[in-house]
Amino acid sequence: MQIPRSTIAVTFAFLVLFCTQAVAQEKSIVVASTTSTQDSGLFKHILPRFEAKTGIKVRVIAQGTGQALDTGRRGDADVVFVHAKPQEQKFVADGFGVRRFDVMYNDFVLIGPKSDPAGIAGTKDIAAALAAIKAKQAPFVSRGDRSGTHQAELALWKAAGIDIAADKGPWYREIGQGMGAALNTASAMNAYVLADRGTFISFKNRGELAVAVAGDRRLFNQYGIILVSPEKFSHVRKDQGQAFIDWITSAEGQSAIGEYRIGGQQLFFPNAAQRP
Amino acid sequence: MVEETSALGLVLGGDPALYEIVRLSLAVSLSATALAALVALPLGAYLALVDFPGRPFVIVVLNAFMGLPPVVVGLAAFLLLSRSGPLGFLGILFTPRAMVFAQALLVIPIIAALTRQTIEDLWTEYRDELTAMRVAPMPRVATLIWDARFSLVTVLLAGFGRAAAEVGTVMIVGGNIDGFTRTMTTAIALETSKGDLALAMGLGIVLITLIVLVNAAAWSIRRIGEIHAG
Repeated sequence: MQIPRSTIAVTFAFLVLFCTQAVAQEKSIVVASTTSTQDSGLFKHILPRFEAKTGIKVRVIAQGTGQALDTGRRGDADVVFVHAKPQEQKFVADGFGVRRFDVMYNDFVLIGPKSDPAGIAGTKDIAAALAAIKAKQAPFVSRGDRSGTHQAELALWKAAGIDIAADKGPWYREIGQGMGAALNTASAMNAYVLADRGTFISFKNRGELAVAVAGDRRLFNQYGIILVSPEKFSHVRKDQGQAFIDWITSAEGQSAIGEYRIGGQQLFFPNAAQRP
Repeated sequence: MVEETSALGLVLGGDPALYEIVRLSLAVSLSATALAALVALPLGAYLALVDFPGRPFVIVVLNAFMGLPPVVVGLAAFLLLSRSGPLGFLGILFTPRAMVFAQALLVIPIIAALTRQTIEDLWTEYRDELTAMRVAPMPRVATLIWDARFSLVTVLLAGFGRAAAEVGTVMIVGGNIDGFTRTMTTAIALETSKGDLALAMGLGIVLITLIVLVNAAAWSIRRIGEIHAG
């Protein structure tokens, strides 16, 4: 009878391990955020400071903006931290969020292969660049996942006067995945892709990819933060969630964001409004 | 930090973050296998020994469910555990417990189906003896499970292998939260998406090594058991 007893003992040991661990960490919030903030390493840089100061553990789930807002709508997160302002405002207007605050911005960049088949490298007009890509039928990778970057991409096609849903051909490849996966795909097929600058700077498998178009005002990328409505979901940890929002929009949180650099390059630019 | 280190350095240096990921992966998959076994071993034995209308149908479904797509199981578990779902009051979505729950769902059909087959084969061998000795149904099940124990270890390993290797369910119900619900497989998916393919591959090799070690441990226990059982 030795075998079953030891098996049972091991099983119980693991179950106990779990329960104790789950109970031990009580002060915590769940933040639904975007792949760009996580993949760029920003959270690893700023969260330890907030946690050291308040003792509140921040658990980040990195999703596309559309999915992150859905997570908030289901009541599965305490705070959403995303980048698609119109959708965020709708989220608040629909009663799922309390109030939206600006946090920081960076910009989108159009990434392309060094061979530059559309002949757009170094130009500044994003609409003209997209029109050239379509005219040359140069391969283009789209996130296709309702993320903030995907929404921005769709708005830019519209700005270029192209109805991408109707005009897309085999050159336009929707992969339905995160920013990193889209960059991996673009790198493998030497395609153009729209990315946030932060993720591209921290991305390692670039291959032939480089920034082709940047600096257009339409490439501005604003991030906002919202507390999920405690009225709608009574379990929302509003005090701890609000503490995080207060901190990230405070002078201290803002300078932590501004200090984050990879290879000397600043990835995000804090721009929270001064609050009373 | 993690980004700057080589995979080999991570493993040899005993990086605490990596240790935590390994510990969580093993704890989740072993707990899920144990939880699934509590349900699936009796279920499999019952199906092997008791005839009832619709039994062939249940067996076919169970066998088919050995190939359940993890991402679908993850989605189902997510909808159940979400705050807006029927089990939302538990508040365990995006915690290791949710991952154990989801992996157990995934593994139950594998253990139940293989147990059913194992016990049924043994039953054909023991039928006359146990019937002649007028052994009651419950002790009968106990006898069969006990005598099939060495084969059932392999069945449990099949379940554990499935749980430890999958990424679909733990990604969805765990959320891949750094230091809390990040497992080997979700870490590999994350590093791949960050374009750090060398680190992702390194973690993959660590995972495969771990699975081999768990299997080696189970094999040793089985050998020792067989020797003691004579």
